[in-house]
Amino acid sequence: MKKEVAVIGVGQSSFVRGYEGSIRELAFEAFREAMQDAGVTQKEIDASIFCSAPEYDKQRSPAGVLAEYLGLIPQPTLYVETVCSSSSTGVKVAYSMIKSGLHDVVVVLGFQKMSEITSAESQERMGRGADIQWEAPFGTMMPAYYALYAQAYMAKHGLTHDDLMNVRIKSSTYGVINERAVYRKSIKPADFKEGDPEAKMAGPVAWPLRVGDCCANADGSSCIILANAEKAKTLSKKPVWIMGIGAASEAVNMAARPDFTRGLSVGYAAAAQAYKMAGITAKDVKVAEVHDCFTIAEIMAYEGLGFAPMGEGKQLIRDKATYKDGKIPVNVDGGLLSKGHPIGATGGSQIRTIILQLRGEAGPMQVAGESSIGLVHNIGGVGLYGNVTIFGR
Amino acid sequence: MGFEKFGRKSFTAMTKTAKFVDLLEEGKVEGTVCKDCGAKFFPPRADCSKCFSKNMDWFEMSKKGKLETFTTAYYAPFGFEGDPPYTMGVVDFGDGLKLFARMAKDLRPEDVKVGMDVTIRPLKYNDGQLSFEISKA
Repeated sequence: MKKEVAVIGVGQSSFVRGYEGSIRELAFEAFREAMQDAGVTQKEIDASIFCSAPEYDKQRSPAGVLAEYLGLIPQPTLYVETVCSSSSTGVKVAYSMIKSGLHDVVVVLGFQKMSEITSAESQERMGRGADIQWEAPFGTMMPAYYALYAQAYMAKHGLTHDDLMNVRIKSSTYGVINERAVYRKSIKPADFKEGDPEAKMAGPVAWPLRVGDCCANADGSSCIILANAEKAKTLSKKPVWIMGIGAASEAVNMAARPDFTRGLSVGYAAAAQAYKMAGITAKDVKVAEVHDCFTIAEIMAYEGLGFAPMGEGKQLIRDKATYKDGKIPVNVDGGLLSKGHPIGATGGSQIRTIILQLRGEAGPMQVAGESSIGLVHNIGGVGLYGNVTIFGR
Repeated sequence: MGFEKFGRKSFTAMTKTAKFVDLLEEGKVEGTVCKDCGAKFFPPRADCSKCFSKNMDWFEMSKKGKLETFTTAYYAPFGFEGDPPYTMGVVDFGDGLKLFARMAKDLRPEDVKVGMDVTIRPLKYNDGQLSFEISKA
């Protein structure tokens, strides 16, 4: 394993509905934890990167404002955005800044305060992360886009509503034990019973996706501190190394998507690059975080990452292979579905989970045995952007 | 100007492809074709991404396609609250072109199937907005 750039500190706020504070205070929560985790002060930090999806905050150009609140001036700072994958893109940018030799230690801070606007406004803004000229005029929104993939995929591969429900039930199993998760309730099959007014997960949102198939909006922040090899060895007792990074983009308009039965093309492309750079295959991954903004997205991710052949992702959930004690544990922190999806903070939160897993510090969510290699799959928009990052100890 | 008339609610006022809306008014759903290299585009583009030309012409989209996928929205974003439920889908014309639109109101959701034969037609809303929709072939 090449030991060039390491994660030396991780932090995350609780993911909540209606955070009682401003974005700078929200950002500080993850920052404080990551700095204490790394055991460093602002003097050791050379640069900072802030990541969010714009238009939720009233503040324009948040990087400078947040850098000041975090005590990271006069070091350089910048803003990085790829909607839901912003903070894993931020980590890629930090990796490049360190690898180039420009900086030794860089902070990547992802944040989102979605509750500044209503849920309907939020749906419209999310929809505007897709094609506003040619698609938004029809009344599109994120669940509808993923439902287009779900409909075609289910028709071709025999994926059922029960399979989707079982993805949600798995997420809730871990949401219950993750004290940082926004949705901490257990979900049972009865919650998906069609036609039962008491079944809170069963109502259609964008058919074939139901309430329970959709992730929860949340406010939250995440922080990842990266360092070069020399600094990592002197500053950190427990560095986790970046082994591979892959990233890709895809046409925004659905009319330009090649095949809806095949999942998101960026997932396949980013995974292939990351595996090649890391010199590993899917079989070597011991624990993974995938972008389950909708239940269908987790099934498609299994295949894009090579955990299952095309069309066979359903078998992993039927066999409970992606549970904590399964063959390849996935989203054992509750995922976006239960932990919550504060857009700009999500990638960093996924990375934090994998770092804690590789260090053996994931508490009740800890995967048994020695997990030496972990993977993070983070998607922006409807597969508009995709990042896969592989970590090793 | 003119593109604010496109769709249920437009988010774009100015585009070099605004003639698309005038063509809808004439009852035509058209894409653009590059006069220099022949590349065809839908949605329309003012610039050819294949050969960088800006010499574009209009061509009428095929009327025969298959429904590749669809969804029925039971909730709507801000500004579309009165519309649900409505169904949206992707049509594959088999000639390298696809199209995304709402499906006609007279199509019942239970009659919509992946792979069914469909056609497209222009649509004028009561408030004067111009669009196009997918209907049964």
